[in-house]
Amino acid sequence: MAMTDQEILTGLGEIIDEVAGVPADQVTPEKTFVDDLDIDSLSMVEIAVAAQDKFGVEIPDDQLKDLKTVQDVIDYVRRSGASA
Amino acid sequence: MGTERTDVVITGLGAITPVGADVASTWSSLLAGRSGVTKLTDDWAEQLPARIAAWAAADPATLIDRVQARRMDRCEQFALVAAREAWADAGAPEVDPERLGVVVSSGIGGVASTLAGYDALREKGWQRISPYAIPMLMPNGSAGWLSIEFGARAGAHATVSACASGAEAIGYAMEMIRSGRADVVLAGGTEAAILPLNLAAFAAMRALSTRNDEPERASRPFDRGRDGFVLGEGAGMVVVESAEHAARRGARVHAIAAGVGYSADAHHIAQPDPDASGVVLALRRVLADAGLDPEQVAHVNAHATSTPAGDVVECQAIAEALGPSSSGVVVSATKSMTGHLLGGAGAIESVAAILALRERVAPPTINLEDPDDSAGVQIATGPTKLRPRGTAPMAVLNNSFGFGGHNVALAFTAP
Repeated sequence: MAMTDQEILTGLGEIIDEVAGVPADQVTPEKTFVDDLDIDSLSMVEIAVAAQDKFGVEIPDDQLKDLKTVQDVIDYVRRSGASA
Repeated sequence: MGTERTDVVITGLGAITPVGADVASTWSSLLAGRSGVTKLTDDWAEQLPARIAAWAAADPATLIDRVQARRMDRCEQFALVAAREAWADAGAPEVDPERLGVVVSSGIGGVASTLAGYDALREKGWQRISPYAIPMLMPNGSAGWLSIEFGARAGAHATVSACASGAEAIGYAMEMIRSGRADVVLAGGTEAAILPLNLAAFAAMRALSTRNDEPERASRPFDRGRDGFVLGEGAGMVVVESAEHAARRGARVHAIAAGVGYSADAHHIAQPDPDASGVVLALRRVLADAGLDPEQVAHVNAHATSTPAGDVVECQAIAEALGPSSSGVVVSATKSMTGHLLGGAGAIESVAAILALRERVAPPTINLEDPDDSAGVQIATGPTKLRPRGTAPMAVLNNSFGFGGHNVALAFTAP
């Protein structure tokens, strides 16, 4: 069954809390990773790898650099057909 | 020269060791003669000839921020914990960031991270290696982390010299201050190497004690029954400061960092020179650098690791370098309790030597039941009172030697 945006957001919040220490309730769709959440490029790599495990969606490096906001990741994961 | 040399003092101490998670508990354990060595009960240890080690008294990952901890190797975590204690002990000095330095090294580096990265590579592919793997495994990682933590911009250095690394770091810090590069320097050593590869590799050198059934009796420097060292882990850090800077801010001074002596054996990559000429040279140089009369030296915290080859030779070197004055020196081998912290050793043993000077008591060398006669100097087997010899300030020395033939001797004197 395809994941809803809310399910992806919840999963992403858990990953970002684990990897970067940003509380999940601060991970809202409009936030940018670099400026709003203070997440650096190394942590983005960790997040991408963890997202692959959680959502079963691979995020290649050339796509990762275009994912600026939390919503960008949600959209990418949904388009790529994540299933719970 | 004509110019007065800058006096250097020690204003802060920090430690996390197998016998205590801070300086106070480490020191009380050392005076009580308590061993930190235990049996290794992990499955991976079963096939090894040496199945004992000295784990740190606390897990450093539980003492620092969770997210920061996952980006740091365990040896870097130890360094941070000890550095925070040393910094607080020094009164968290107000110092211009461009006048604050860091010198810290481990002997081996972040080897747990190296191995974890290799496991990830083989089992899951390169994508699963942590993007922090390189800063976790590089031997200068601790120096980098500490410079960030304390905003130290005068320079961050890693003095890699195996088991002399921690002592060399303190010597380098003294020289940073003398040369005018910094007013305050955090300096020390760290190690977290209790891992199958290291235990197997040291066992391959026949360097480890295999007294597996009596872990607390395994590290026995200067004893005839010694059969190798016991691997320990942890970190020691000191705050090294120009005397002028310390006086200006009214800092409490633990000791004067009076001198450092370096030498290299140029003999064998991993065995001590049997005539100890390199050690004697380092000791003569530290006396000269500190301007010490050998008669001032009341105590030596020896490198003495409990290997058959090293301990007695070191005592002979002390006797040779100090001459007739060596008869009044009290020698302690605290590795009998902490095990051998490799790159951390010189730092925690400097902390112990400074406390011995301050408290006027040498910690014991435990397990010395059948002293090797050829030692030739007085070795403390219980806490031993240190008495000033003459009117000049009391001095203590810390010896540290490393594979590669590195010899470092540090001198501290009473303020």
